[in-house]
Amino acid sequence: MGSRTSLYDKHVDAGARMVDFGGWDMPLHYGSQKEEHHSVRNNAGVFDVSHMTIADLRGNDVRNFLRQLLANDVAKLQESGKALYSAMLNEAGGVIDDLIVYFMNESWFRLVVNAATREKDLAWIRRAAESFDVDVSECVDFAMIAVQGPNARELAASCIGGEWREQALALKLFTAMEAGDVFVARTGYTGEDGWEIVMPEARVGEIWDQLLASGVAPCGLGARDTLRLEAAMNLYGTDMDESISPLEAGLGWTVAWDPADREFMGRAALEAKKKDANKQRFIGLLLEDKGVLRNHQRVVVDGIGDGEITSGGFSPTIGRSIGLARLPAGDYERAQVDVRGKLLNVRIVKTPFVRNGQIQIEL
Amino acid sequence: MDELPGELMYTSEHEWLRREEDGSVIIGITDHAQSALGDLVYVELPEVGQELDVGGDMAVVESVKAASDVFAPIAGTVVAVNEELGDDPEKINVDPYGDGWIVKIQPGGEIDDGELLAPGAYQTLLDEEDA
Repeated sequence: MGSRTSLYDKHVDAGARMVDFGGWDMPLHYGSQKEEHHSVRNNAGVFDVSHMTIADLRGNDVRNFLRQLLANDVAKLQESGKALYSAMLNEAGGVIDDLIVYFMNESWFRLVVNAATREKDLAWIRRAAESFDVDVSECVDFAMIAVQGPNARELAASCIGGEWREQALALKLFTAMEAGDVFVARTGYTGEDGWEIVMPEARVGEIWDQLLASGVAPCGLGARDTLRLEAAMNLYGTDMDESISPLEAGLGWTVAWDPADREFMGRAALEAKKKDANKQRFIGLLLEDKGVLRNHQRVVVDGIGDGEITSGGFSPTIGRSIGLARLPAGDYERAQVDVRGKLLNVRIVKTPFVRNGQIQIEL
Repeated sequence: MDELPGELMYTSEHEWLRREEDGSVIIGITDHAQSALGDLVYVELPEVGQELDVGGDMAVVESVKAASDVFAPIAGTVVAVNEELGDDPEKINVDPYGDGWIVKIQPGGEIDDGELLAPGAYQTLLDEEDA
């Protein structure tokens, strides 16, 4: 038996097929992963993400600390509630984790990091914070849900608390606010609009019930994965790990090089990598033949060399197989993938594959 | 889908077999199997005319999560495959014992019934798995 979130019983009651995910018992789906996927793209779906790790950084030096810790620059966060997506690197420029950081006030920044990397991340952050006036405190006894889809915010607004409704609906993208004992952020991992909501454990059951009663579909990890893949959002541990730099994981855009004198962890190694003409490409692939791309399949680029599919799967919205891959440097648009011994044709496409319910690539 | 069709035979690999009048055998996967796999998105079928050995590769059914091999429960020659699965692999999920049939085989000789399970025996196997 793994760790259970406070929604465990609700999942079982809703007919979930439970699976182990990094030591947690989580819902894979509630009957049809594909239906759940479509619900999010067309209406609204809710995910239990209480297994994720939330760390609150408080003190007098938090901003300076984070400018050193993270590859993206929190100097960009000047308005309360503003957030950004960043990689956290080691000395060699490899990715320790990817995360979202929220600026609440000068003495409080909130970090949301992955569930599977909890121990590692907290140890790393705490160690780095030692020489700063920063206290790292992990949130406990909380629940977190993600309500995603074109109608998600509207449907979730009623569950937050009447007085906060208008303010919450006015939240801009990548911005958060406190609404009483609830923390609402207009962020997500699906490529659709929506909120991620943190609340005391004691409240989540009633909020979950309310959402389901308003027609929001409960969605499991299966749909979460097909949605994020269509949105070309990286999955730590699959698309990158400590041995991979953000520049070879499609995360170059999250690295803030200016100002040039910001000494963030991993910068020196990254500067060197930036100049490497042979650094690998991280791109999106569309399978042109029939079949399904899978993680770790070998990609063959004629005349250049081999690469690998990092995340392969099937896109329910497009109805075709798609994937993310790390390939050798070069100026090419086609390749082949070894699918169980047969070489199938793939085309490199500009990601995301799907966004806000619309297919973005040429089929 | 609770009732196992009584006129079929089963295997411990969660396949079903139906003997036709002309001696050929239709094969598919059971409701238990399709449920475990989830929504199917692609099916790789054998070629008509292909010779199959018992336990040999016969087809591959792919869900979003994984690819699953379907092995030949009997030896013989493939005389027909369910072409409709090319555009609509979900037929297997929706009607595993009917529209979701996968392959039709002409057996090589006498079918060795030893490995095949009657509905009752297959149900017992399912009950034991769930226990």
